[in-house]
Amino acid sequence: MDYSTFREIADSWGLLYLFAMFVGAIFFTFRPGSKKIAEDVAKIPFKEDDQDV
Amino acid sequence: MRNHPEAILVGLAALAAMFAAAFSQDHLFQTHITILCLILAGSTIVLLRRVEFAAPGKPLPERNTSGYMDDVIRYGVIATVFWGIVGFLVGVAIAAQLAWPELNLQPYFNFGRLRPIHTSAVIFAFGGNALIATSFYVVQRTCRARLFGGNLSWFVFWGYQLFIVMAATGYLLGITQSKEYAEPEWYVDIWLTIVWVAYLIVFMGTIIKRKEPHIYVANWFYLSFIVTVAMLHLVNNAAVPVSFLGVKSYSAFSGVQDALTQWWYGHNAVGFFLTAGFLGMMYYFVPKQANRPVFSYRLSIIHFWALIFLYIWAGPHHLHYTALPDWAQTLGMVFSIMLWMPSWGGMINGLMTLQGAWDKLRTDPILRMMVLSLAFYGMSTFEGPMMSIKSVNSLSHYTDWTIGHVHSGALGWNGMVTFGALYYLVPKLWGRSQLYSLRLVNWHIWLATLGIVVYASVMWVAGITQGLMWREYDDQGFLVNSFIETVSAIHPEYVMRTAGGGLYLAGALVMAYNIWRTIRGDVREEVPMGGKQAPSTVPAE
Repeated sequence: MDYSTFREIADSWGLLYLFAMFVGAIFFTFRPGSKKIAEDVAKIPFKEDDQDV
Repeated sequence: MRNHPEAILVGLAALAAMFAAAFSQDHLFQTHITILCLILAGSTIVLLRRVEFAAPGKPLPERNTSGYMDDVIRYGVIATVFWGIVGFLVGVAIAAQLAWPELNLQPYFNFGRLRPIHTSAVIFAFGGNALIATSFYVVQRTCRARLFGGNLSWFVFWGYQLFIVMAATGYLLGITQSKEYAEPEWYVDIWLTIVWVAYLIVFMGTIIKRKEPHIYVANWFYLSFIVTVAMLHLVNNAAVPVSFLGVKSYSAFSGVQDALTQWWYGHNAVGFFLTAGFLGMMYYFVPKQANRPVFSYRLSIIHFWALIFLYIWAGPHHLHYTALPDWAQTLGMVFSIMLWMPSWGGMINGLMTLQGAWDKLRTDPILRMMVLSLAFYGMSTFEGPMMSIKSVNSLSHYTDWTIGHVHSGALGWNGMVTFGALYYLVPKLWGRSQLYSLRLVNWHIWLATLGIVVYASVMWVAGITQGLMWREYDDQGFLVNSFIETVSAIHPEYVMRTAGGGLYLAGALVMAYNIWRTIRGDVREEVPMGGKQAPSTVPAE
């Protein structure tokens, strides 16, 4: 694949792909019900007991 | 028998190194590989002494492999402190060399060879050991699983120390591929690749066998750091060695492509080594020390994805007004400015974790250190995007302003958050109820802060002085200043910079003493922090 083809894919489909992934990640973070889950998982560091594996 | 395969393997490696030294193509390779051979031979002796034999007719006693694997983390903590002091000391030394050029001792201890020792020691040795040790600690606690891979984490630890020693001895000998922050030559790069893959296996393996269904956000940051650094290292170090047993290699890229690849690497080393990795630290140790969950977990996820998607494009701002195409420079600038948002989002998320607990800052200097690190993170991530704006960059580029900016980020953010994590970890790892002295932590904070403030502000003055003198024309269109005039103009700033670095080093020495006494199990008798007065023992007259 030569430079021009590569460049064309990068600034059309490549750009769209990355942008959609990013927007998708943000929407997924704020999906309904996520607040409760987020509050629970934020407590993970406090679950540990020192030798409880 | 137990522990014998390691001894045999390292012994064979020492033998191979001896042959490589014997058949080497050039003198530098011979010296460097001889050093490697001696290190490996010494390690073989140590490993041989650790081989365990069973008593006749009895099996070897079972090893305790339950619980968290913390031995390697204890080693990592000590290595972090050790390399930190080495790196800061060399930093002060080269700052003094810039102020007083007579201190350049030729050829091994001149500025050109010591400078990469300083940068590699602080970033890769101090920062890298801190990241490896804390990531092993955090991933076990937040996954509630023992480290994956048995002794593989020991290989990661010792293999990484070997990389550091080979890189540093190479610089002293004058072996370099002349890429900033990627100076080691091809054979040391290959070794780091092997160690890094082992690191990824240990970390990923632990995540895969986790007992906790959700992967806590700190592990996302650590994992992105490990994966991205692997990618950066492989691409930027793509090179063809001239011979199999010689130091010299040629980059796979040339000209402006090479420059862009280098700064794609260089800036993402900042973004993923010094930012993402240390944010992993922040998202675990700040909540733990404040004893409350992170302010907004969802903001931390946005922080993560925004950082990942934006940082990777920011590299071209290192190449403003060069042969790099204009659109690429502008792209680098625009993405750098967009980075304001995730950076400040993350800083606010960390700081707001203290919401409702701000009073702890009066009594807990460890938390104070972490908050200071976040403040410096905010300051340097404000300054960086500003300096990436082309018109600002035309003044700041190639001047000491850049050096000041880097140090407010590295000393302020990376250094302080690491110190905070170390102060948190040491009592836990060695089973002590508390640190030897919280007052000494407070001394460390003030020495370090004062050092950074002196350093950063004199570098602003020096950098802007240089920038303005370089662009000063007379009415005939000639440059007014010769280069050496711009150097002698900033001599006082160079002297003050050395003093600022000295203060920071002094703070680190106080920390080393405090950690050493904590490990010994001592507790200093002192007035508690926060203005609470101990009952007076002096009788009233």
